[in-house]
Amino acid sequence: MSLLELSSVTAAYEGLLALKGISLHANEGEITALLGANGAGKSTTLNVICGLVTAQSGRVCFAGEDITNIRADQVVGKGLTQVPEGRLLFGELTVQDNLLLGAYSRMSRRSRQQIQQDLEEVCELFPVLAEAAHRRADTLSGGQQQMLAIGRAMMSAPRMLLLDEPSVGLAPKAANEVFAKIKALCQRGTSILLVEQNVAAALKIADRGYVLEVGQIVLEGTAEELLANRDVQRAYLGKDYEEV
Amino acid sequence: MSLTDQLVQYLVTGVSIGVVYGVVGLGLTIIYNATGIINFAQGEFVMLGGMGAVALVNVGLPLPVAVAVAVAVVTGVGLAVERLAIRPLPATSIMTLIIATIGVSLVLKGGAKLLWGREAVILPPFSGTQPVRIGTAGIDPQRLWVMAVAVLSVIGVQSFFRYTLTGKAMQACAINRAAAQLVGININRMVSLSFALSAVVAALAGVVLTPVTMMRYSQGTTFTLTGFLAAVVGGLGNSLGAVVGGIMLGLLESLAGGFIDPLTGGMVSSGYNKAIALAVALLILWLRPQGLLGRQKKEAL
Repeated sequence: MSLLELSSVTAAYEGLLALKGISLHANEGEITALLGANGAGKSTTLNVICGLVTAQSGRVCFAGEDITNIRADQVVGKGLTQVPEGRLLFGELTVQDNLLLGAYSRMSRRSRQQIQQDLEEVCELFPVLAEAAHRRADTLSGGQQQMLAIGRAMMSAPRMLLLDEPSVGLAPKAANEVFAKIKALCQRGTSILLVEQNVAAALKIADRGYVLEVGQIVLEGTAEELLANRDVQRAYLGKDYEEV
Repeated sequence: MSLTDQLVQYLVTGVSIGVVYGVVGLGLTIIYNATGIINFAQGEFVMLGGMGAVALVNVGLPLPVAVAVAVAVVTGVGLAVERLAIRPLPATSIMTLIIATIGVSLVLKGGAKLLWGREAVILPPFSGTQPVRIGTAGIDPQRLWVMAVAVLSVIGVQSFFRYTLTGKAMQACAINRAAAQLVGININRMVSLSFALSAVVAALAGVVLTPVTMMRYSQGTTFTLTGFLAAVVGGLGNSLGAVVGGIMLGLLESLAGGFIDPLTGGMVSSGYNKAIALAVALLILWLRPQGLLGRQKKEAL
């Protein structure tokens, strides 16, 4: 069942038309990958969904509700949380404060006890965060910071997580660990929309995917279909025609 | 009067004036941390607190009620300033917003003049005029009120930022706006809250200070500038630093006023006390540009 649906979304970024009519959907319980080169419009797509960039036309629907251009802080309350590119942690605050702020949108609705329970659950998922609970977030390693960024987003108990380049800047080992966690999150019931430049790794864990080029979707299919596609192989997986 | 008594006297005067500078600096820091704006109407909040309380006492309200109402009204003014002068402007340039606060300060100053005239007004002291004895020196009890209120303001604000989630959310806005929005923090509400909180501490300071120094419609500017200096000397953005900076400026001013004339054999008049405080402040900034308690910002990679 489709949980998130974009229909003909256009948006401008710094005066340029960055999205020229994007239509896509992400299914409940699946990992949907959004692939493409730098500047293809992947991050802009996520930011339109989250309310950080205004859609000029088109519609964004989440769980059957039209959420086009509602305020970013309200989108979180709908069950849709972004882990932004570059992680954007609150570096001067402790790991635990970062996690608690992740639950900010639910503070009025949920009791302290429930938040504490969620905190323990996230720490179980990312044991490293429990160990570093009282350290400043900016003292963590890159991989740990990415875990914290995902953990912070999970504290909002989202139905769907939007991940923007979670592996960027990480050593291969740390990146693999992050991808494994993403897969685990999906299996625990959180649907995922994953933006990645590391196409091979993304398609390895994804169910379906889209390829974006200069603000338009040029390809769509299951992960297997995309992996087998010649254009994808040539453009993103570094394989020549001769090899395939 | 013995030299020790004089010293105690000047120290108390210095600290009690200094904490007011510090609290103005604290108010500036709250807004600066949440928004990056230097609020040039901060001193007007102090002035309005003092003059408002006087006006309310004059219409017959008992002092404690007048104080409470004055602080509440100034808080409302703080909220209105944010809603009417800051929020409607596009947040593209901090400079635009800072200039807007200068406009607000002029409007508030003009309003106070229209409403209450040019004369300085005074509030009755909170607990009489009988000096409190410290050794052989006598201290004006109102100055102790000033210090107590300042200390409580600092503790209150520090606890708010350190122990409450709302305080942390406000810090989060300062650290990264987009990230704050992405965890569900309503930025507008936080900015509003920062203006309200800032107005509360300023109005409280104005109210307790008025029985000591009287209050005039035009006094806000001095508070803003000295408070700004206190915040910068202490390390802009550091709320404890603002208070330390303020106390240092107050002490310098008071001690220079008392001792510079006799110490230099009349060569430097005690009227230069503010200039001396300013010179020391500049020296500190020259040696430590990040301020006393400020941390040097690490450049992003």
